[in-house]
Amino acid sequence: MPVKNVIEASSLTKYYGELCAVDHVNFTVKRGEVFGFLGPNGAGKTTTIRILVGLTAPTEGTAYINDLDIRKDIVQIKQHIGVVPDTSNLYDELTAWENLEFMAGLYHVPRENREKRAQELLKSFDLWDRRGTRFGKLSSGLKRRMTIAAALIHNPNILFFDEPTSGLDVMSARSLRSLLRELTETGVTTFLTTHYIEEADQLCERIAIIVKGRIVTIDTPQNLKLKFQKVPTIEVSFTTPIKSSSLEELKAIDQVKVSENRMRGQTKNVNETIKELTAFAEEHDLEILHVNTITPNLEDAFVRLTGLESETMLVEKERRGGRG
Amino acid sequence: MIREELEGMYHILLKDLKAYYFKPPNISWGILFPLVLALSFTIRNPEGLADLAPGLVAMAALFGTTSMEAIVITFEKRIGALERLLLAPVSLSTILLGKVLGGAVFGIIISSVMTLIALLFLDMTIIHPLLFTASLLLTVLAHSALGALVAVSVKEVFEAQTLSNYFRFPMVFLCGVFLPVEAMPLPIQLVARFLPLTYTIEAFRQTLSISPSLTLLLRDLIVLSLFLISFQILATRMLKKSME
Repeated sequence: MPVKNVIEASSLTKYYGELCAVDHVNFTVKRGEVFGFLGPNGAGKTTTIRILVGLTAPTEGTAYINDLDIRKDIVQIKQHIGVVPDTSNLYDELTAWENLEFMAGLYHVPRENREKRAQELLKSFDLWDRRGTRFGKLSSGLKRRMTIAAALIHNPNILFFDEPTSGLDVMSARSLRSLLRELTETGVTTFLTTHYIEEADQLCERIAIIVKGRIVTIDTPQNLKLKFQKVPTIEVSFTTPIKSSSLEELKAIDQVKVSENRMRGQTKNVNETIKELTAFAEEHDLEILHVNTITPNLEDAFVRLTGLESETMLVEKERRGGRG
Repeated sequence: MIREELEGMYHILLKDLKAYYFKPPNISWGILFPLVLALSFTIRNPEGLADLAPGLVAMAALFGTTSMEAIVITFEKRIGALERLLLAPVSLSTILLGKVLGGAVFGIIISSVMTLIALLFLDMTIIHPLLFTASLLLTVLAHSALGALVAVSVKEVFEAQTLSNYFRFPMVFLCGVFLPVEAMPLPIQLVARFLPLTYTIEAFRQTLSISPSLTLLLRDLIVLSLFLISFQILATRMLKKSME
């Protein structure tokens, strides 16, 4: 029996004035799946999530969540979804316990279950000892945990995470990723946006790569990597810096990128390339330090599909402060 | 459905009271503001304070509701906490009504303190307490909704304050706090008819009278209700538009 789609976006489009933030996007998410939206800053990730959760209306097209239309039934949809925004936006003046109590009431959790559910979440998120601490006094890692706990208060069957680890230190991000993995194992459908390629690779079963409001591809991380495995990357280090113009004469290597004494490029024939490189080094009086062949990872697949450098994506993101 | 909306409204109200209104600085401001107001008028001219008392209660209601209401919503918009409410399974108008109720409760507290001062020290006598209470309730709700309308129209807290003062201070002078509206020049009387505080003061005066005109009082209460509904609808529409 085929697995049911719980999210279906159909020609979803959003204009902000003249700017097209999301351009006729189509995708489906299956029940229990972890689906990732990966793209650089300004690609339309956050706008898509904001449309799906009812924070902004689409200009064209629509989406169905649990067979309900986001244009008509958004209040009912909100009862089935949990949202973790990119900023931890609970109430600073309320304690961890009061925040969960409030969220439980707001999401119509039956009165008799509220305390039990809040207790359960605080314990499973290692926040029980901080239940009396004001939200504003928690560290950013704990705030993020609290925000996730709040999103789960009404046992939603679909979870939306917008940049879940953005702005967290390495340890908090790692611990949050393992928390997300545990959550996804419970069978909850998860839709997450991220600009961290590694995060998408580790957590998602399928990934949609979105650039300038358009979906470039949708596939599993494995398939995306496989698509480029026939074209390995070769990385060579020399003892002295090299000029990129001098590398133009190399025929067996494509898309060459040079950084100081290191060059990187794609090749279809590694043996041929090594021979050519050895001849090139002798001719230019260079000494080869290392030669590595690299199996393409998701980052390589991303770069080849989008034509963007993965690093520039991160730098832009941090400069603009988080919205994608 | 209605039960869930009411429940949502109630929880938003409770949260706002706990997180913002019932904080010691706000409570002390709520007590001090009417005290200072009453004291300053008593020192200025101890004669005719009973006539001024309904206007002072109305002023307390106006400032008590609008000052906090506009700040609370703008502040939540600024820090992203309003989005938390917008993600909840309740309608936009329910969210705003919950917010309006928070401002109204705070307004009731401040105007009750002012009423108590007026009863004890300014020779004010309420002849029809039930009608006075009804007038006060509609007043705080209408002005709290006005505060919400201001808050959804601006982005920053300081803008909310400035915009609130833009209509609050003229209202104090135009709506009959110091002089009955009928004693003012005709153009000002016309302007006053478009301001909710005018109807509050007139309604209060009727409830203090031994022989009130129930027709006039009913008119005042209906007009205040219409202001409440209009401000609420406008605020909801503006909030919805800001999400498009």
